[in-house]
Amino acid sequence: MSEIVTTISSSLKQYSTFFKEGSAIRNLSFFIMGALHLSKGQIVKGSLFLSAEIGFILFMILQGFSAIGGLLTLGTVQQGWVMDQELGIEVLAKGDNSMLMLIYGIMAITLCILFMCVYHAHFKSMKYISELEKKGMAIPKFKDDVKSLLDDKFHITLLSIPVIGVIVFTVVPLIYMISIAFTSFDHNHLPPKNLFDWVGFANFSNVLTGRMAGTFFPLLGWTLTWAFMATATSFIFGVLLALLINKKGIKGKAVFRTLFVLTMAVPQFVSLLIMRNLLHASGPVNVFLEEIGLISAPIPFLTDGLIAKLSVITINMWIGIPVTMLVATGILMNLPSDQIEAAKIDGANGLQILKSITFPQILFVMTPSLIQQFVGNINNFNVIYLLTEGGPVNSNYYSAGETDLLVTWLYKLTIETADYNIASVIGIITFVLSAVFSLLIYTRSNSFKKEDGLG
Amino acid sequence: MKKGTISNFLSHGLLIFLAAIWVFPIIWIVLTSFRGEGGMFVPYIIPKEYTLDHYRYLFNGNSNFPFVKWFINTFIVSVITCILSTFLTVSMAYVLSRLQFKMRKPMMKVSLVLTMFPAFMSMIAVYYLLKAVNLTQSLFALILVYSAGAALNFFIAKGFFDTIPRTLDESAMIDGASKAEIFTKITLPLSKPIIVYTALMAFMAPWMDFIFAKVIMGDNVEKYTIAIGLFSMMTRENADHLYMAFTAGCVLIAIPITLLFIYLQKYYVEGITSGSVKG
Repeated sequence: MSEIVTTISSSLKQYSTFFKEGSAIRNLSFFIMGALHLSKGQIVKGSLFLSAEIGFILFMILQGFSAIGGLLTLGTVQQGWVMDQELGIEVLAKGDNSMLMLIYGIMAITLCILFMCVYHAHFKSMKYISELEKKGMAIPKFKDDVKSLLDDKFHITLLSIPVIGVIVFTVVPLIYMISIAFTSFDHNHLPPKNLFDWVGFANFSNVLTGRMAGTFFPLLGWTLTWAFMATATSFIFGVLLALLINKKGIKGKAVFRTLFVLTMAVPQFVSLLIMRNLLHASGPVNVFLEEIGLISAPIPFLTDGLIAKLSVITINMWIGIPVTMLVATGILMNLPSDQIEAAKIDGANGLQILKSITFPQILFVMTPSLIQQFVGNINNFNVIYLLTEGGPVNSNYYSAGETDLLVTWLYKLTIETADYNIASVIGIITFVLSAVFSLLIYTRSNSFKKEDGLG
Repeated sequence: MKKGTISNFLSHGLLIFLAAIWVFPIIWIVLTSFRGEGGMFVPYIIPKEYTLDHYRYLFNGNSNFPFVKWFINTFIVSVITCILSTFLTVSMAYVLSRLQFKMRKPMMKVSLVLTMFPAFMSMIAVYYLLKAVNLTQSLFALILVYSAGAALNFFIAKGFFDTIPRTLDESAMIDGASKAEIFTKITLPLSKPIIVYTALMAFMAPWMDFIFAKVIMGDNVEKYTIAIGLFSMMTRENADHLYMAFTAGCVLIAIPITLLFIYLQKYYVEGITSGSVKG
């Protein structure tokens, strides 16, 4: 945050010094963008800047200011029945739609920020022209600018489309949803019938200490347990499987590997729905166990709270182990063997080598991918939703079941009960969880210290 | 010598046992799709009668479950998504790995932060955005959403680009190549594994996503992709009598994906390991 403040204040300083020493036409350019460029013969660039400014001002006058104003009030007129004097009956009068006002307000602010970026780019380009003039060099033509987009400024060319995509489909929706966390947008305040309003941190206190706390904390505990267990089991058994397949003397290594990898190609909604069917009370597993006389009543694999939790962790191994096995195989091939040779000479047995050399080596290389898996498991929607739908239902919880993770609860809160504000608080908390864990493990892990980390 | 043989024998036994567990659900799907009798639950594995009726059912043009249409929809979406998102992911990864500019590190940090928000959080907002421009219930919207999200999945590809020696770029630059030429003529030809990996992942995503697509398509059955289509067969009222048709549909989509996967396995392994080694 402080970084941003210093950047802004330093560029403001630049603006003012630049303005003081400038000529009339250059200073005119501060207000009418592109004036300098047009006067120096950069017709295309100048008109682009000029039209950007005109377009922005028109937008602000026609829509922008009212949209930003609407963002502050989130609507004042509620939809309702109004007496129509001419007809003599009550008609439905359209009120304000808080949700649309919020979306338009955010889009207007995003456009303002984008315009500020354009304005800054314009400023830098003015500075560049002035420097060139001072040195007595030729001012680049439009053709040269295009050329530089393929060379010095190639990053701008390559990044423009992905960045626009991310802003429109990730950043703006996220800002919208984060804003919802501070409003009263729940099943009692659904637009267009009702208005919703800003409520500050009320939803957060509702989740952490209020009515939702009784659901939130048990689910949080289970989410963390699940993420840890799912990651650990997949990792340990995945590495063991990789070691087993790559053991000396095993025939048909490629065949075994392919058999396990095959399961990754099957869409999860297929394999998991099948598993769910297999484990059903009248499914084949229970019937088989009953027939051979091991059990007398069906085991509630997915319908008893505790057993369901164990089942989802176990079934998750079916999905997770092949992935780890593949990665670990790749790593095992490249591990230096000198340490193992030395340990063998010192008389270490297989288990000791595994525990003290091979495992730590793999762990070192795999730490980043383990973090990714852990965060991925916190957000592992598919396994839970497809196997149990969060069930069995716990009547003490608000719209959640025993195996619900925070993300599946989030999904239910949006799709089933329309409590968008609580859902959004849960989303923010899940984000904080993922971020904190990644940072903690990332900065402490060896691979971060030895490598450049973020690159 | 003898000890070695026994442990070898045990290892093989264990591996065969494990492989059987892993492959069992897949075999179960295939067997069920040919099963002539029963509904959702039968207490045995090997069917008593075999039939092709369930496959016929899928191709008969049932208006509630237009399987062929779903297949074509998914194919269109995944081919276009594959091309677009490979382009986006690779350019994003290349820029952040190779080109030096002021915003490089801040951009990496911001992207890392963005990927940590649960995807479902923005789902509803994306839906309303698409609705505002009248794009809901169209395949184009799906393509847009899938491709736009791809730009943030650049970490694995970036790890790969980090391993290509920089001296190659430098010597090309001395010879007067522009950065665009270095990218297209030197880096891209060396990056076949990661391009194939990225393309494979992007191609497979539309075949597997059943939540986002459902939110965007709503009740427009004609525009469903195969994943939501098959998933809609498993609702409470349909599940029992459509269960075998569902498995038949699963077999039909799993075959092309699996073949593609096996064919490109080498690239997949290279991609996933290069990503994990470099983070």
